[in-house]
Amino acid sequence: MNILRKKSTAHLPFSETVIELFIRLCGISSILFVFGIFFFVFREGAGFLFGGLDVGQFLTNVEWQPTSLNNKRYGALALIVGTFSVTLLAMCIAVPFGLGAAIFVSEFCSPKLRETFKIIIELLAAIPSVVWGFIGLTVMNQLIITVFNAPIGLTMLNGSILLALMSVPIIVSIAEDALKAVPDSYREAAEALGATRWQVVYRVLLPAAKNGLLAAVLLGAARSIGETMAVLMATGHSVNMPSSPLSWIRTLTATIAAELGEVARGGEHYQVLFIIGILLFTITFVVNLIADLAIKGIRQES
Amino acid sequence: MNSNNQNGSQNSAVIEVTDLKVRYGDKSALNGVSFDVYQNEILGIIGPVQSGKTTLLKVINRTLEFTPNTTVEGSVKLNGEDISTISDVYGLRRRIGMVQPLPVGLPLSIYDNVAFAPRTAGIRSKSELDEIVERCLQQAALWEEVKDRLKALGTKLSGGQQQRLTIARALSHQPDILCLDEFSIAVDPVTTMRIEEVLKTLRTKMTILLVTNLVQQAKRLANRTAFFLNGDLIEIDTTDVIFSENPSEQATYDYVNGAFG
Repeated sequence: MNILRKKSTAHLPFSETVIELFIRLCGISSILFVFGIFFFVFREGAGFLFGGLDVGQFLTNVEWQPTSLNNKRYGALALIVGTFSVTLLAMCIAVPFGLGAAIFVSEFCSPKLRETFKIIIELLAAIPSVVWGFIGLTVMNQLIITVFNAPIGLTMLNGSILLALMSVPIIVSIAEDALKAVPDSYREAAEALGATRWQVVYRVLLPAAKNGLLAAVLLGAARSIGETMAVLMATGHSVNMPSSPLSWIRTLTATIAAELGEVARGGEHYQVLFIIGILLFTITFVVNLIADLAIKGIRQES
Repeated sequence: MNSNNQNGSQNSAVIEVTDLKVRYGDKSALNGVSFDVYQNEILGIIGPVQSGKTTLLKVINRTLEFTPNTTVEGSVKLNGEDISTISDVYGLRRRIGMVQPLPVGLPLSIYDNVAFAPRTAGIRSKSELDEIVERCLQQAALWEEVKDRLKALGTKLSGGQQQRLTIARALSHQPDILCLDEFSIAVDPVTTMRIEEVLKTLRTKMTILLVTNLVQQAKRLANRTAFFLNGDLIEIDTTDVIFSENPSEQATYDYVNGAFG
């Protein structure tokens, strides 16, 4: 085997070497880009992060007054809580609907209906987030005012529903792939044992596809955490510790989007916004790490 | 085909297949076959690929319904009852144990694999399930090898063990009929012989349909043997006759003696 291998590499044509090199570069470049983004974000924020910013206060204070003349405050706790609460509520809506839809599309609906469904779901994913924000600003706003008799409809609930609608397509398509990847022999074996369709799903398919389903949920959550425009438009964009789904909030991403255009380049405020960027980076990294560990843990168990 | 009763069998027919035709789209898989299966016999079903053997089994437990674009004509009666009119199809499937060609350990523990069907049938009591699991694993000659690790995943077992696990699973709902579809494809010869011993003891309790691509296996085990070719039932008779020097069809003789297939 070894001898054969050596022989064959020695006679590789030139084009083969070039293509291999190109593919190798493509692979390495993706790593370089990620590190590059992190490096530049970190460089912009590092000066203030290590010289001047009270990190403890940044993480625990709720006062965000970066433009105040005599009482500057950089407390991001309200923003952090805002991001997490809106994402959590969005996931509470999106996960049951997303997984339910995936199970329906992959197991219960006719092939013809399935194609229609997939097209519609993909269409849902293609709607730009500013359009979602517009829907939040007009339709959802009115709806929440009417239904909950609230003074204003631009709330955490509004943003969460939009985020849920935006992450459902991701959850559905990845979860559906995961369910489709379960070999048909499992279905046949379970059906031959007299299991009903639903028993096949929850006794066999869900345990067999749990890795993929977990990935679907986490990618949906990552989409929600990173979303900017829709939450900027629909949640009121007001620094506030939320007390209920009808509170208005502000998220980390929306803060960067709204303020970065108006700050003096290189100033404290500018650097703090990049520190928020670093924080977002860390959050995403931790979510991905947890997902990875969870999937590995499941794999080892099986 | 008029030889069904020539053997003077006193047993009643458990399965009566009458003029069964199955088509996948335009392609015919079974072109009108009729035969009976008797109580407590092992019926060997032999024939080359594409002869309709697996389709036949799928018709009997009505899992063919999951394949789109199939049409089924004719009738299959189970204990005198036409299966197409049975409304509790899940109950029907529980009366028939099915063993697939490749072992399918469901991604569950060994225990849960065997307890799967009893649980879907509504048995919840721990002691009852324990008893079923032990009995089925013993019947499938697997108990001694796995009794200390019932919580391990079924998919971690070796191929031969998994095949015996699927047999244990097929027995778990106490079927009247056990269908085996080329069970020895993925199993080593030693395990094959062990499973064959198991089948010989099971014959006293149930009726067995043994689809096999090993004609010698049918010769060793079956009371009667049916020879299928391209969707037709060429001949069904006692195994002695099928494997004798003069079965009624030349094709049977040729296939059994390895001239084609």
